[in-house]
Amino acid sequence: MSLMAEPSASGRFGEFGGRFVPETLVPACMELEAAFTEAWADPTFRAELDHVLHTYAGRPSVLTQCHNLGQQLGIRLLLKREDLNHTGSHKINNVLGQALLAKRMGKRRLVAETGAGQHGVASATAAALLGMECKVYMGAVDVERQALNVFRMKLLGSEVEAVHSGSRTLKDAVNEAMRDWVATVETSHYCLGSVMGPHPYPWMVREFHRVLGDEAREQCIGLTGDVPDVAVACVGGGSNAIGLFSGLVDHRTRLVGVEPAGGAAVARAQPGVVHGMRSYLMQDEYGQVLEAHSISAGLDYPGVGPEHSHLASIGRAEYPNVTDAEVVEAFQLLSRSEGIIPALEPAHALAWIVRAAPDLRGQTVLMNLSGRGDKDVAQMMDVLKL
Amino acid sequence: MTTDLTHGPMERAFRASRAAGRKLLVPYITGGYPGWQDALRAAVAAGADAIEIGIPFSDPVMDGPVIQQASQHALESGATPVSILHEARGLDVQVPLAVMLYYNTVHHAGHERFAAQLRDAGIVAAIVPDLPLEEAGPWCAAADAAGVETVMLAAPTAPDSRLPLIAARARGFLYSVGLLGVTGERSSLAGTATALAARLKAVTDVPVLVGVGVSNAEQAAEAVKVADGVVQGASVVRRLIEHGPDAVGEYVASVRAAIDA
Repeated sequence: MSLMAEPSASGRFGEFGGRFVPETLVPACMELEAAFTEAWADPTFRAELDHVLHTYAGRPSVLTQCHNLGQQLGIRLLLKREDLNHTGSHKINNVLGQALLAKRMGKRRLVAETGAGQHGVASATAAALLGMECKVYMGAVDVERQALNVFRMKLLGSEVEAVHSGSRTLKDAVNEAMRDWVATVETSHYCLGSVMGPHPYPWMVREFHRVLGDEAREQCIGLTGDVPDVAVACVGGGSNAIGLFSGLVDHRTRLVGVEPAGGAAVARAQPGVVHGMRSYLMQDEYGQVLEAHSISAGLDYPGVGPEHSHLASIGRAEYPNVTDAEVVEAFQLLSRSEGIIPALEPAHALAWIVRAAPDLRGQTVLMNLSGRGDKDVAQMMDVLKL
Repeated sequence: MTTDLTHGPMERAFRASRAAGRKLLVPYITGGYPGWQDALRAAVAAGADAIEIGIPFSDPVMDGPVIQQASQHALESGATPVSILHEARGLDVQVPLAVMLYYNTVHHAGHERFAAQLRDAGIVAAIVPDLPLEEAGPWCAAADAAGVETVMLAAPTAPDSRLPLIAARARGFLYSVGLLGVTGERSSLAGTATALAARLKAVTDVPVLVGVGVSNAEQAAEAVKVADGVVQGASVVRRLIEHGPDAVGEYVASVRAAIDA
């Protein structure tokens, strides 16, 4: 059996996961679990999703070998180019899956949270494509630093609401999206953007992103004759990493999820319960959830998806963290050496590779380039003062 | 009347009051908010049958703007679960005290340890709105052992088959969620409020109290035509925020009068 098989009946990956939601949402989670289970086993649904992934989202995404940077670092560096997907990140895989499922369930409205805005843009895109209503909650801090994505969402016909409570970032956007869903559960689907939240979300979102891990494995074997020695991805909630890991977990590949130093939930290894799940969570001595701090809005989250906590606890994946300064360096490095401007989120993965390169000499390192950097250039203009 | 030994102190008191024809009134007050202890005493003096003390949490997903604001203020004032329970111990009021808190507060402290902390503080019941039936087992076992009554919530979205399961696990009272949505005042009582209370009354003899969206004395009176009582949250906390503890007493007295009429 795969190390990343289905969760238990209670939605557990080992001792993590579960369904810690207000009673109002329990029937909706059960209904969603049943609907996803049925749809995922239905060849018609799978074909419908595959078709839209191929003809609309641009799958499969290519695998790029970075000759310049690889030579510089002494490794064979391969990038899974999720940045080339429609809407500019891996997020579209999950969103198209959930939107098609929501439509199949008779829901007419999507509710979503977003940090960097990539999931919000993807949700707004899917809603436009499928003729659904969409409301996106975004922390007020993130609305400021990701103004371009806010405009994109509006252009796509979605409503964007700035969230002013708490830390005014991703965590609080999730709270507000859940409050909306509690009130609108009969007509709305909560299109959660990562492998987090109550069962079945961590499992369902992983399955929708599995495609990128499966593609990456086959592409790597096609190019090099073998699976990669190391697979690296950034981790906020952890959806792009889980997609990559799911394709490689049953092989010999070393799995590395990179967290921001200011949001290193796994490093603290303290289980907690928030947003419907039991997982590693940054919290104070009374269990109040701490605010994460990261240069990247998409990773500014104090928790992590429950399956990552499980993979960490059994030692199958490792979760180092990198500083904002290392990320800024990596952001520029990829731009200059390969002509690829990464989003700040995957720049975390590259930052770790740069740091670890002396120990990786001669190895094949496959990194998930989960999104492109267009959304971050305004912020980086301020940081770099170029 | 025979002595009721099968139920905890809150449920005993509620069943006895109900038998005597009294409708139950449970105001919610955010623990740690400036003046909360005075507000609590004023509410008791004005005829509350029990008090629900809110333990503030950083991420209160079941709460609307008013209770969020009070929680955040309390946290910024330095309130912690420990400080609130310590202050509760000194209240010396003659009605049962419950806490309303989010599950991570319990999870972080540890089930047995937290149940003991509640018991030692004189708290007889706990309401944990993000701990549904399927996840409640470990906490309920610890709470039962410590003599703390765990109030279960039932929501309008529950199919009929689910309600008896929730009722069977409910101690103290059964919290009938009045509408689809978070805590906060609404201009009218949702039709779901009395509909769910009636569905619950049909399957259990545990006292059924409607909360969430019961926003004033008139709505409370309407709710108790079907339910055994009401929980009053945002309407109480808003008065505490805007006008202070005395206003809480005046408001609770007005609700008391309306449901007794």
